[in-house]
Amino acid sequence: MTSILLPEAEVEIEAIVHEAAGSKSPLAIHGGGTRDIGRPVQAARVLSTQALTGITLYEPSEMVLAARAGTKLSEIEAALKANRQRLAFEPIDWRPLLGTRGEPTIGGVTASNAAGPRRIQAGAARDHLIGIRATTGRGETIKSGGRVMKNVTGYDLVKLFAGSWGTLGILTEVTYKLLPEAETETTLVLEGLSDERAVAAMSAALGTPFEITGAAHVPGNPSRTLLRFEGFSASCAYRRDRLTAHLKPFGPVTAVEGEASQALWRPIADVTALGAAADDAVWRISVKPSDGPAVGARLEAELGSRLLYDWGGGQIWASARDQGDAGAGIIRAALSGGGHATLVRAAHATRAAVPVFEPEPAAIATIAEKIRAEFDPAGVLNPGRMG
Amino acid sequence: MSAILMPKPDERVLARRDAIIAGLAALLPAASLITEEDERRAYETDALTAYRQIPLAVVLPETTEQVSAVLKFLSAEGVKVVARGAGTSLAGGALPTADAVVLGVSKMNRILEIDTDNRIIRVEAGVTNLGVSGAVNHLGFFYAPDPSSQLACTIAGNIAMNSGGAHCLKYGVTTNNVLGVKMVMIDGTVVEIGGAALDSAGLDLLGLVVGSEGQLGVVTEATLRILPLAEGARPMLMGFQSAEACGACVAAIIGSGIIPVAIEYMDRPAIKVCEAFAHAGYPLDVEALLIIEVEGSEAEIEDLIGRITTIAAAFNPSTMKVSQSEAESAAIWKGRKSAFGAMGRIADYMCMDGTIPTGCLPQVLTGISDICAGYGLQVANIFHAGDGNLHPLVLFNANQPGELEKAEAAGADILKLCVEVGGCLTGEHGVGVEKRELMIHQFNTIDLDQQMRVKTALDPKWLLNPHKVFPLEGRPV
Repeated sequence: MTSILLPEAEVEIEAIVHEAAGSKSPLAIHGGGTRDIGRPVQAARVLSTQALTGITLYEPSEMVLAARAGTKLSEIEAALKANRQRLAFEPIDWRPLLGTRGEPTIGGVTASNAAGPRRIQAGAARDHLIGIRATTGRGETIKSGGRVMKNVTGYDLVKLFAGSWGTLGILTEVTYKLLPEAETETTLVLEGLSDERAVAAMSAALGTPFEITGAAHVPGNPSRTLLRFEGFSASCAYRRDRLTAHLKPFGPVTAVEGEASQALWRPIADVTALGAAADDAVWRISVKPSDGPAVGARLEAELGSRLLYDWGGGQIWASARDQGDAGAGIIRAALSGGGHATLVRAAHATRAAVPVFEPEPAAIATIAEKIRAEFDPAGVLNPGRMG
Repeated sequence: MSAILMPKPDERVLARRDAIIAGLAALLPAASLITEEDERRAYETDALTAYRQIPLAVVLPETTEQVSAVLKFLSAEGVKVVARGAGTSLAGGALPTADAVVLGVSKMNRILEIDTDNRIIRVEAGVTNLGVSGAVNHLGFFYAPDPSSQLACTIAGNIAMNSGGAHCLKYGVTTNNVLGVKMVMIDGTVVEIGGAALDSAGLDLLGLVVGSEGQLGVVTEATLRILPLAEGARPMLMGFQSAEACGACVAAIIGSGIIPVAIEYMDRPAIKVCEAFAHAGYPLDVEALLIIEVEGSEAEIEDLIGRITTIAAAFNPSTMKVSQSEAESAAIWKGRKSAFGAMGRIADYMCMDGTIPTGCLPQVLTGISDICAGYGLQVANIFHAGDGNLHPLVLFNANQPGELEKAEAAGADILKLCVEVGGCLTGEHGVGVEKRELMIHQFNTIDLDQQMRVKTALDPKWLLNPHKVFPLEGRPV
């Protein structure tokens, strides 16, 4: 029987972690519970940050926002929208892909370092995160970074915590820098390109000064290759014309503007455009973009994968039958030239047996282990979640 | 005596100097080992020239393998290592100690791979910042971080200090533009962190390494993002009669949804010195000057400048001038980028590097002025106004006994003020030795202990660039 702890303040979290470390009884760390990703954690107790809520600082003119970790992402996005600002890294909503419920929290967004299509231009959560408070496995609450966007004072533990999946500490408060919403956006659509040709087209566009903020390819019949840019409407119109001319070798281009353009990207960001069967495993693969098509072709041939290319070809979402190793052997062999694969969706039994995150070279694994031991010496925070 | 103390050198290491040098000689080509005192003297300081110490020896390896062999040997011998790029640190980040070997990366300066399809470049760590952009400019690309020392400073140093620059408002700092590094750990182990993909598996070790001031390992190669060059760029000048009006104008521009590629602020003393040096056409009758640069096509530039001009009108600028030519643009930037050099012609100065919440600017400028007046010193302020990174230049006369100490005390007070208003001690220069003892004003013991545990985890004997970043008291070793 799992019990859920809902601390409302850092001091309560510190007490819980002290006790857990002393008794060596692991804690599973949850935000909204929408990201059931990673190796399943064996823990009798869940520590949820859902009662640790509230925006603690929002200065629109300074483009900075701080919130307690359990604050709902939807609450933050609503506050930003009212001031025509946004988290530029386009947080992923995992619920459609993972079939989870509940509300994503800003702490969960941070701990998973998630980023959508705008990653290629704006960066990931880690690139916008400027401050954290977190209770480590020592039961101590540390801070790193702050509320200013240029800060090199001391080691950058902020980056280390982004994407640490609750294994170094429990984030209690995070501070992000913000960007203004764009006035409008345009997506250029190319149809019928092969994966290889599509990545070439995306590279051609990303090599222009026209500030592409989304470059995705959805294979199918016909395939669709999407290129997005954002800004003031006159600038978008200019870039539309220049890019259309530039992409001529790749075929005719259709321009989709404004809200219709926005609607094209949600299924890419949330991976529903992959169209994986409900009981399929889903992998996220990160590669050098030009390697993408060859990796994709191999997965298609050997695993019958459905594919979705994002980040100009540098991020591939791939389905595989959720049986045996869910394709881990074939996928990781296909990445011998570089890159990594994460088993984002699979049954608990599969994720307990297959390394969810790419196994690291021994020297890197040793470094990570040493660092983790300094933050969580008793190994009680989400033990094993990152493998 | 200067205020910053370095610990006494380890006599046991000094006594073994000959044996240590013999050991290094066996690992390196003769030209990569510097032992004569007059040659070692070239490495006694960096751009924080008030502090000097000739190191035990200097090594200039040519390969990662040599770096690995040197570190393996020196760690076994218990000898400290100070990694050095071009020695342009304003924080004393490359200051040696008498018992330390300086490891310079200047001979590792090759461009290894340019890949415009994937928008990356792989370089050895001794390549200069400008050398990276120089290698790809003809292909229509550039490397975004642009510290003022970019002609000289190396990628190794940029990674160590997480360098920024005037254009990071739009493009981010070093950590946002590095994809991977090859790094040698203190025991000689060579690791590859990150690579050509946009992210890597596991903990974000790359994020930790960038900005770790050469204390966790020695970076020998880096994979960097390169970006397409903008079609065009144009700066404009805007002068105001008060810091308040100028600060409010910056907030209004950003609030309108425009992110200029740079927004640089200078106060009256800074304007005067820079104009005398660069003849950039800066107005001399204003309290605050903004250089705002926008990018894009001709039409986009026109549009953005029009929008900014309209917004700014509400704040009564007394000067508003858009650059009319390439030469004028170059002069405008020359004035700003040579500010430190220009200031150096009229006085000695301490260049501070705090960051503040941008809304606090008028209050902080008043505070800085009061602090410096209290010490009987002049100050000029240069400010990356979009991101809050403030560079007060505290002027003093090094030949006047006691003035350096006064300038350091004023600088420390200024940085404490930055922390008090919600900012930080250093925005882009790093802590080095300069701000080491001030860390207790930004962090408590728990915060600092956790950072030091990370250091200990990767460098158990604290041999890599010790005596930097953390206060000398309270260290584990």
